[in-house]
Parts: sequence; C-alpha cells; structure tokens
Amino acid sequence: MSANLNTSLPLEYQSEQNRMNILGFWIFLGAEIVLFATLFGVYAVLFQRYAGGPTHQDIIMIKEVMIQTVLLLTSSFTMGLAIFEMRRNNLKGLITWFVITLLLGAGFLFMEVNEFIHYVHMGATMQTSAFLSSLFVLLGTHGAHVTFGIIWATMIIIQLVRRGLTPVTARKTFILGLYWHFLDVVWIFIFTFVYLKGLVM
Amino acid sequence: MGIKWNEFFITGDPLILGSQIAILLTMIGIVAGITYLRKWRWLWTEWLTTVDHKRIGIMYIIAAVLMFFRGGMDGLLMKAQTSGPEKEFLTAQHYNEIFTTHGVIMILFMAMPFLIGLMNVVIPLQIGARDVAFPHLNAWSFWLFFSGAMLFNISFVIGGSPDAGWTSYFPLAGKEFSPGIGNNYYAVALQIAGIGTLMSGINFIVTILKMRTKGMTLMKMPMFTWTTLVTSVIIVAAFPIFTVALALMTFDRLYGTHFFTLSGGGMDMLWANLFWLWAHPEVYIVALPAFGIFSEVIATFSRKSLFGYKSMVFSIVGIAVLSMVVWVHHFYTMGASPGVNSFFSITTMLIAVPTGVKIFNWLFTMRKGRIKMTSAMLWALAFVPCFVIGGVTGVMLGMGAADYQYHNTLFLVAHFHYVLIPGVVFAVFAGLYYWWPKMFGHMLNEKLGKWHFWLFVIGFNVTFMPMFFLGLDGAVRRAYTYSEASGFAPLFALSGIGSVVLAAGFAVFCYNIYWSFRYADRNISSDPWDARTLEWATASPVQHYNFAKLPEASSLDAFWYMKKNNEGLTLSDKEIKKIHMPSNSGLPFIMAIVFGVTGFFLVFEWHIAAAIAALGIVGGLIYRSFDYNDGYYVPVEEVQETESAWRNVKGEVNNHVS
Repeated sequence: MSANLNTSLPLEYQSEQNRMNILGFWIFLGAEIVLFATLFGVYAVLFQRYAGGPTHQDIIMIKEVMIQTVLLLTSSFTMGLAIFEMRRNNLKGLITWFVITLLLGAGFLFMEVNEFIHYVHMGATMQTSAFLSSLFVLLGTHGAHVTFGIIWATMIIIQLVRRGLTPVTARKTFILGLYWHFLDVVWIFIFTFVYLKGLVM
Repeated sequence: MGIKWNEFFITGDPLILGSQIAILLTMIGIVAGITYLRKWRWLWTEWLTTVDHKRIGIMYIIAAVLMFFRGGMDGLLMKAQTSGPEKEFLTAQHYNEIFTTHGVIMILFMAMPFLIGLMNVVIPLQIGARDVAFPHLNAWSFWLFFSGAMLFNISFVIGGSPDAGWTSYFPLAGKEFSPGIGNNYYAVALQIAGIGTLMSGINFIVTILKMRTKGMTLMKMPMFTWTTLVTSVIIVAAFPIFTVALALMTFDRLYGTHFFTLSGGGMDMLWANLFWLWAHPEVYIVALPAFGIFSEVIATFSRKSLFGYKSMVFSIVGIAVLSMVVWVHHFYTMGASPGVNSFFSITTMLIAVPTGVKIFNWLFTMRKGRIKMTSAMLWALAFVPCFVIGGVTGVMLGMGAADYQYHNTLFLVAHFHYVLIPGVVFAVFAGLYYWWPKMFGHMLNEKLGKWHFWLFVIGFNVTFMPMFFLGLDGAVRRAYTYSEASGFAPLFALSGIGSVVLAAGFAVFCYNIYWSFRYADRNISSDPWDARTLEWATASPVQHYNFAKLPEASSLDAFWYMKKNNEGLTLSDKEIKKIHMPSNSGLPFIMAIVFGVTGFFLVFEWHIAAAIAALGIVGGLIYRSFDYNDGYYVPVEEVQETESAWRNVKGEVNNHVS
C-alpha cells in the first residue's frame, strides 16, 4: 500500500492509500454536512421559541462575534498558505503558518468561551428555552470541532517535526486542512443565519 | 455521585433473576472453557485484534446470530403474554421494555450487523480486492457496534431497560415521563453503535469506488456490490441525522435542555421528524443489501445472468432517493395537514414502482432458468410472495387517508414484519447458506437447511398473517393484554403457536451450524455452487490475502466467463509476488471497552467519571495518530505454499449442488 508512489502527483496524493484516505475524508465531510444541516434545521425550527427568556437582541454581542469571524476566516487563509508551503516542500514555512492557524483558532475558541460565559451571566443558559438549547448546541458542536481540530493539528505538527515531509505526513496535513476549511464554511452559515439574522429580527 | 445500589441491579422479577444467573454462569463457562482449552492467545491474535475483513465479517455474523436469539426471546415472551386474554405472565411495564428492546435489537443489532457482516466477507472478494480501503477503521466499526450492542443488552439486568418503544417518541421518552435511566441506554448505546455504522458506510464507499479490480467498471459490478454501494451512501446521508437526534435526546435527558420537552418551548414532533428522517432510510439500509443477496442467489441457481441489470441499478438508486422523502408516512395521524399527507402518500406509493421492477426482474431471471432448489434458493423463492404481501399492505398503509384506520394497529406490525422478515431475514439466511463454504470451507447441511426453511417460513406466516386480521379488527400494537370480550383470543393464540414454529426453525438453524462444523465434508471445491462472481475465483475458505494474483473482470458475471473461456484460472509461479497486508491491532478492541465504560457512566449520569473515561477515547485517538505501522509483506514462498494447497489437489473434490 505504501509502495507504488506516483511522484508526478503532489506529495499527499502519491500513494494509493493516501488517495483513498483523502476520498474517505471527503465522504466523511459529507456526513458532517448532514450533521450540521440537521443542527441548523433544529435551530430553524426552535429559534423563535424564547419561552419568556432572552431573545437574540438581548444577548448577541455583535462586535465580539465580528472579531471571532475575522479570526476564523483569517485562520482558514493561513491554513491555505500552510498547504501552499507544503506543496513547495518548505517544511519550515508549513509549520510556521500551521502554528499561526492554530493560534488564530485558539483565539476564536477563547472568545467563544467568553461569549458563552457572558450568556450564562445574563441568565441565558442551555436550560432556559428551546431557542437557547438549539443555539448552545449548534455553536457548541462547532466549537467542539474547532477544539478537536486544534488537538489533532498539534499531534500532526509533532509528527511533522519528527518525520519531516513524507507522503504520509503530507496527507495528514492536507486532510486536516480540508477539515479546517470545512469548519470555516460552517461558521459562515452560523454567522449569517444565527447572528446576522438574529440581529435583524 | 449518589449511587442508589438498590436501583443498580434489577431485582424482584424471577424472569430477570433467572437471566442474571444464566448470564453469570455463561460468562464463567466461557472464561473457564477458553482457559481450559488454552485459547486466550489464539482468541487475541486471531480474532480480537484482526483487521481481516473476512474475520471481522464473521464476528459481525456471530454477534448478529446472538442478537437474533436475544431479540427472538423478547418476541417469544410477547407472544406468550398475548397468547390468551388477560394473561399475567408479564406486567405492563415489563411488556413495554420487551417490545422496545425487541425492536431496537432486531433492527440495529441483528439485521444491520448480519448484512454488514456479509458485506464485509463478500464485497472485497467480489470486486477482486485484498481488503477494504481502511482495514483498521473496519475493526473500529465492528468493535464500536459490539460495544454499543453490549451496553444496550445489559440494560435489562443493570438499571432497567428503555421502555418507550424503539421509536422512543417524546414526550414519553423524556425525563418527565420516563424518569429512570432506561432511556439513557437507548440514547447512549445507539450513539456508540451508530458511529461504527457511519464509519462502515464511508469504508465501503471508498472500497467500492477505488479498489475494484482491473476491468470492473461500475456497470460490471455484481448486484450485491451495487446495493452495498448505494446502501453505504444512504448510511452516510442518514446516520448523522440520528447522531444529532440522539445527542439532543441525551442533552434533554441528562442536561435539562428543551429540544423535545413540552415546557420551555420544546417541540415533541421535532423528535418524530428527526427520528424518521433517519429511520425510514434505515429500512432501506437493511433492505437494499438483502435485495443484492437475492440477486446473486437467484442468478446463480437459475444458471442465468441477472435479468434487467441496468433497470436493477436504476431502481436501487431510485429507491435510495425516494427513501429520503417519505418519512412523514410514519405519523400521518399526528397533526400534518392534508396537503403534507398527500405529498408523502404519493412519494410512498412511488417506491412501489422501482421495487416492483426488481420483483419482476427476479421472476424473469428465473424464467426458463435451470433452477436448482438449494436451501439458499428456497429462501429467495419464498421471499418473493411473502415480500409482495408486505409490499402491497405497505401501499395500503401509505395512503394517508386510509392510514387513519390502520395506524397503531397490529395491521402495521404485521406489515413491517412481512417486509423485514422476508426482506432481510430470508436474505441473510440465503446469503449464509450461499457463502458459508466461502467463509468456512464446508457447506451447511442441506437437509437440515430444508427443515430450517420450512419451519421458519411456515412459522413466520402463521405468526404474522393473523396479525393483519387482528389489526383490521382493531387490536392495537404495544398493548400488553386484551379482554376476552374483544374476540381477539383465537387469532392471538394462533399467532402464538406460529411463533413457536418460527423459534423451532431458528433452533434447527443453530443445530445446523453445530452439525456442519462437526461433521460436514471438508473436501469440497472452491466453487461448489458453480457460481458467477469473483468471490468464487479463490480458495474456500479464503486465504488471508484473498487473491494471489488479482483477477480481471471483462464483463458482468466475471467468474462465469473466466470458467467458460478458461481464462485467468491458473497461476504460474512467475506471477506470484510478495503481497502487502495490514497488521493486526489491539487498539479497536481496547477502544470498544473505553467507549463502553464511558457510555455506561453516561447512562448512569455519573458525569465526572464519564468525562475521565472520555479522556481515554482522546488518548486512543492520539495513540492511533502516532501509529505508523505500515503493515507487512506476505513472502512469495508462503503464497506459493498456500496456493498449491488448494489449486493442484489430486483426486476429485465433492460438489454439493443437489
């Protein structure tokens, strides 16, 4: 399976096992789309069921959310640069951009946790109303994915440092890149349908 | 954590006390037996750590047969309870628990693993590959399924079974009306098993898309491979919905959220919709591979190519698409408008069209064929009329207006048993008789097979046919008893007798496995049925690397033409190269334990313990990330030795086609 490298292809696509892993991950992302679509559907059903509790306008801090959005979108851009450096076979550049990506992701996560704490201080908990249940679970699922991504990426950085760029580490990095961009796309939907829509209601 | 030990073990019911003692004795017996036979190391290296798709498939099938027994016992208990009016064999609560576990176990822990087991054994062979795309992930899939199944199964002795039906509708399944921990088992155990199933789906899609042997284009794939591909796509599209639904249920029950509650703005119908958005496609997840098995069996034993191959492919794709847009027909009576009901009535009845196409294709495959009445073929033959009864009553139920009459009656129960037993159980039996020699190198006994067949099919019809009439007379489902004045008694009694015959059929099947293991002839050909597809182009039982030289497919029924044209059947020493294979790993098995423990703590709402155990899951994933084991090579000499052992056998081998 590790045999038969096709060196005319980018590093991460060179072995058949790598090509299968990447296709498998695309299909997994398809499943993730269904998962988030279901959560968005649940939110769409419940988002006006305040049950006498706080509404969107009461709790949304749009300035902070805007900063979160910029952090995450920038991290997607830097992830793109990391993969670009990987294609240029520049391990140092790859790791540098990779670390910057993770720092931006961690910044996003830090702000999201603060946002949650702020909500809870305002008396808006997951148990308050159906609206807040769906809000917390939708945001929380995305946040959990980002957390998982940061842990995962840290493991891959360690492997890159130890082993350098090989078809296997390149494939792992590339797949993580796909995952990271996917989380970014989900966030764009959250930003639009949860925050912006919440503000104009 | 405040553990209430008096609620931990279920006590006070003699039936359950008996089960507890039986479970304890069985476990002691198994441990003692393995220790006595010194088989621990063998068990660990050959089975628990295996990543071989055939062995994983066999483990799936063993687990499924055990779950069939468990679910069947549940069914028999229900039948015993309703065999006469006003019986007090089971209490209402106990009956609720039993029909819940019966449904969950039969669908998720019997039908699915049985089919996934057969897929595991057959698909890589059928497409001429050496394993699935991700052998290690495949082991994770199995062990997660097994972990979830075991967690669900212990519920009736530890903590109490879920009792809100396999659909677990809210508000009944919520904390307010089901305060015990029983329903936590449902939410957590199915989640764990569901992750495994999702990974199986991804694995099979990649395997079938990327690992087909040279020459096998999509439209030259065997039908079982096609149905597996489409089923896997449905799994990937439908299971995440269930993942979310179960997670929200867990949040509602454990953390006091308001997704499905009556207070706090929650919406109970949201659960019904999410559940059936998964559960209707789930019906096709189990039905489509079964159709694939019948296609293989009917083509082989009619000695003809499958009739209407292209229309078969289009109809399974059509069924897959339609399966996503019919879910509301499960709750026409629960507040949908006439417009909505009409839409879903039409989509539901549309499914009868591609299904009908398939039925006619099977009939035309048999037409003018030289049919061989093997056990496998008998199951396929019985499937057609029985399944048509299920299908036609399905169209009756699919009409929204008429459904108000049938809803929640035994008519519905009879209908879906007529769909799922012929559609799935007959299929897995057919598949088992057909592929048994491929798995174990000996046949199942044909004579016992016929006893099994007749008892099972007669028992099935006697059990479920009366339930149509009971339902039309107004007997409701899930009621633990009925009055004498209702006049239901004779049909219920008949149905109860049928279930005993059904059980006798299953017992013969188990005996057949035992008998064949001990006494069946081992000197059989690698192709005992004179079959058509590539899984028969290698040894029986299959050597661990599947094919010394990957076969080539020039047409549909590739192996048939290889035999006919005498091409590609021989192997010269020059063609043998070293073969790369994946290494075994103990991680999936260990992770099954970690997942099971985490799930168990979560069921009992011991959150800190669950969080600590969940760290074990993260640890396992990290360990796996650093695992660079790249597999090993099977040396040429070993391949030569294995191949010459089954290829140039002196003397005749026995073909067992009756």
